[in-house]
Formats: sequence, C-alpha cells, structure tokens
Amino acid sequence: MIEVNNLHKSFGDAEILKGISTTFDKGKTNLIIGQSGSGKTVFLKCLLGLFNYEEGTISYDGKIFSQLSEDEKRNLRSEIGMVFQGSALFDSMTIAENVKFPLQMFTKQSKSEMDDRVDFVLKRVNLDGAHNKMPSEASGGMQKRVAIARAIVNNPKYLFCDEPNSGLDPKTAIVIDNLIQEITQEYQITTVINSHDMNSVMEIGEKIVFLKNGLKEWEGSKHNIFKTDNATVTDFVYSSNLFKKVRRMYNEENE
Amino acid sequence: MQYLHNIGAYFLMIVEMFRKPTKWAVMKQLILKDVDDLIIGSLGIVSFISFFVGGVVTIQTALNIDNPLIPKYLVGFATRQSILLEFAPTFMSIIMAGKVGSFITSSIGTMRVTEQIDALEVMGINSLNYLVFPKFIALLLYPFVISISMFLGMLGGMAACVYGGFSTLEDYIVGLQIDFDTFHVIYAFIKTFVFAFALATIPSFHGYYMKGGALEVGKASTTSFVWTSVVIIVLNYFLTQMLLS
Repeated sequence: MIEVNNLHKSFGDAEILKGISTTFDKGKTNLIIGQSGSGKTVFLKCLLGLFNYEEGTISYDGKIFSQLSEDEKRNLRSEIGMVFQGSALFDSMTIAENVKFPLQMFTKQSKSEMDDRVDFVLKRVNLDGAHNKMPSEASGGMQKRVAIARAIVNNPKYLFCDEPNSGLDPKTAIVIDNLIQEITQEYQITTVINSHDMNSVMEIGEKIVFLKNGLKEWEGSKHNIFKTDNATVTDFVYSSNLFKKVRRMYNEENE
Repeated sequence: MQYLHNIGAYFLMIVEMFRKPTKWAVMKQLILKDVDDLIIGSLGIVSFISFFVGGVVTIQTALNIDNPLIPKYLVGFATRQSILLEFAPTFMSIIMAGKVGSFITSSIGTMRVTEQIDALEVMGINSLNYLVFPKFIALLLYPFVISISMFLGMLGGMAACVYGGFSTLEDYIVGLQIDFDTFHVIYAFIKTFVFAFALATIPSFHGYYMKGGALEVGKASTTSFVWTSVVIIVLNYFLTQMLLS
C-alpha cells in the first residue's frame, strides 16, 4: 500500500500540488484522473521519486521515502515497475533484451534463468515469438505490452503506469487495461495508473482519485463515480456525448 | 548567470558519473559498444581527412619555399611538425566534436525526449554512470585514432610530395626524421587525452540536460558542437602555453 500525506510540490512560484493526501491499495488498480494541467503527471513523478517535493510524506508499505538512505531508495526503486506514456523502450535493444534488462541489473540469475523468465513474461503479455524484434518494428500496442513485461519481469511490489492507453485504438486500449488489471490481481501489486481515458475509468477503476488544480477533488470507485453529485467530476466524466448517453441509460435502468 | 549555472551543473555531472557504478557485466558491453561507435566508427573519416590534409599541408609548404638556399627536406620537417603538434591532436578533435559529439548529444538527447533516461532512473540506475561513463572510457582510446591520423597525415604528405614532384622521397623522409623531439609526441598525446575528456563529457552534458522535443535535440547537437570546439581551442591555448613555452 502507498500512503500519501499532505504532498506539496512547486516549480518556482507556481504551486502544482497543494496538499494531496490519499492511499493506493495493494492488489487494486488505483487510477489518478483529472484534466490536463491538474497535476497528475507531477503527482506520479513525485510518487516515483523523480521529483523532490517541499512538504508531505509518501510511504511505501510503511517506509517513508524521504527518510530512506540512498541505498534503501535504490532498493525500493528496484521493487517499482513503470510503464511510460511513450513506452520508453530502449531502442538500441531487442524486445527480449528490453525485458531482460532489469534482471541483468538487479539479479544474480544465470543467463538461462533470465531467458526462462523473459519467455514466461513475454508469453504472459501475449508476445510470444517477438523476442528478436526491435521496438521500432513493433506496433504501439505491442510496445505497451513490452513495457508492461519489462515492468513486471522483476516481480515488482508497485506498478506505475502513465497514460498506458494514449495513442492506442479502443480495442487495444481495453486489452492493455485488462492485462494491467489481471497482473495487478494475480501478483497482488499496488498499481497506480495516471489516465484521462474514461473507458479505463469504467473498466478498471477500482479506486479513483480525481485531481483538480493540484488538489484532490474526489475519491471513490468506478461504481460510485456514476452517482456522485460533485459537479467538477460529473463535468469531466460526462464531457463526451457517449458517456452522457451511458449515464442516461444507467439512470433509466436504476429508476 | 546561466553560464555559471551550466558550468556548475557540468562539474556536478562529472562527479555523479563516477558514483553508483553499473554492474560490470552490463558496463563491459556498454564500453565495447561505445568503442565500436565512437572509435572504430570514426577511423574511416579520420583516415580520409588526415591523408588528404597531410597532402595539402605538404603542397602548400613546398610551394611557399622558393628560396634555393632552404633545403628541400624542410618540406617533410614542416609537414611533420604541423601534423604532430596541431593538425592531428587539435583540428582532428574539432572534426571529432562534429562527428562523435553530435552522435553523443543526439543519442542521449533522444533518450531524454523519449523518457528512456526516466526509465533508468525509476529502476534505481545511475543514468549518468550508465550513459556517460562508458563513453568516457571508450574515448580513452582516442589517442589511438590520433596516432593513425598522424601516420596517415605524414603518409599523405609523402605521396603529395613525391608524386607532385616537390621533393624526393629521401629528402622527405630525412625531413620527417630531422630534429625530432620526443616531447612533442608526449605533448600531442597529453592534449589528446584532455580533448578526449571534453569530447566525452560536453556533448553528454548537452544531451542529458536538454529539454523539449525532437527540434531541441537538433539544437542541442549544434550547441554541443560549438561549445566542445570552443573548449578544445581554449584548452589548446593553455596547454601549449604550459607545456611548450
């Protein structure tokens, strides 16, 4: 479980995060949503330790990040898997080498053990046989799956995904969402997903944190986001005609 | 003020480059890859330029020596001194700032733009050690490139001299050997090592700390070439003053 308490982050005079407190539960897909500029990416980068913050604490299963030594931070980071918005695959390596990379860096496994693990993980994300392709030869959906494989290959305790569906067609996006949710439940990972894709919210939003102007505006799940009377959240959720229709149908069914 | 900030950031980068070393098994592969990219990959252009510039230096020297009292072997002597002291170590390094420096800046800059550096940091890897240190080690072989440049420069001079009819082969070879001072070679290699450090670190700095997208990668490559050249020229002046005067 990840606990965030009163997190403040500024760039110069601009305060981006204005005191966010929340928890992200183990074995659940936790979504951070909000409009562009709401502070989602900065929040995620603070959680990852890529940005320092002025005030507040982030604790990973009771370990407060800012109080850890450099070695302890390094060990903690080896327990984190990250799926970047653009996949961030190493373009000089093949798909198999990309997935093997965390094993080479952090384990003392033999070559055959690493190869077995890479085979297993690539099968798990339905990429069996793509070992020798270069990232540039893979489609957007494949690249995302490679990024997920690389993120989970070292059995992380925490998985972070920054807009994992961006640039994907709706069908592939659902495949990626379901894959992340399955992996989260299967390996009991604490997964935090940064998204503004409402399909993802409805599909896998077991816990949703809605940010607005650097503050937590609302918190709940996909089941109660339909029922909320928070005007900002409903504005965001039902900004598209499709979701307006979904809401109407949902309300009619429940009347 | 920004210049001071950048100079400070550059030296902090160098300190950070030596901290939290990457696993040797991985680092070994990175060094070999960088030796291939930066050293072996530069041999072709270095050989080509050195041979022809050596020839040009010889022709110009020969054409400017029209006094019959000046011995013909002076053509070989002047070619040797020009190539050994300045052309091979300094001007070849400026050419390498364009070739190797742009490659380093654009490859690291692209990794920054595509979040590959963030991916390394999230994994707990010291990205500066992972990316810059192997380039620094690979460029310790840079004097090997400069040795080849020196040899081919003098060889090109010999070809131009003999086939252009400016002097005999014997005179040219006597000129190459006459009044030879070993310290000039040491001086050239000291400069080469210092320039190799600049070639590895300045372009890395510009790539690593760049901000923006693809357009900025191109701009960073240009800026890196300009600054690497400026630093090489300034260092050349001070090293020459310190070592030869």
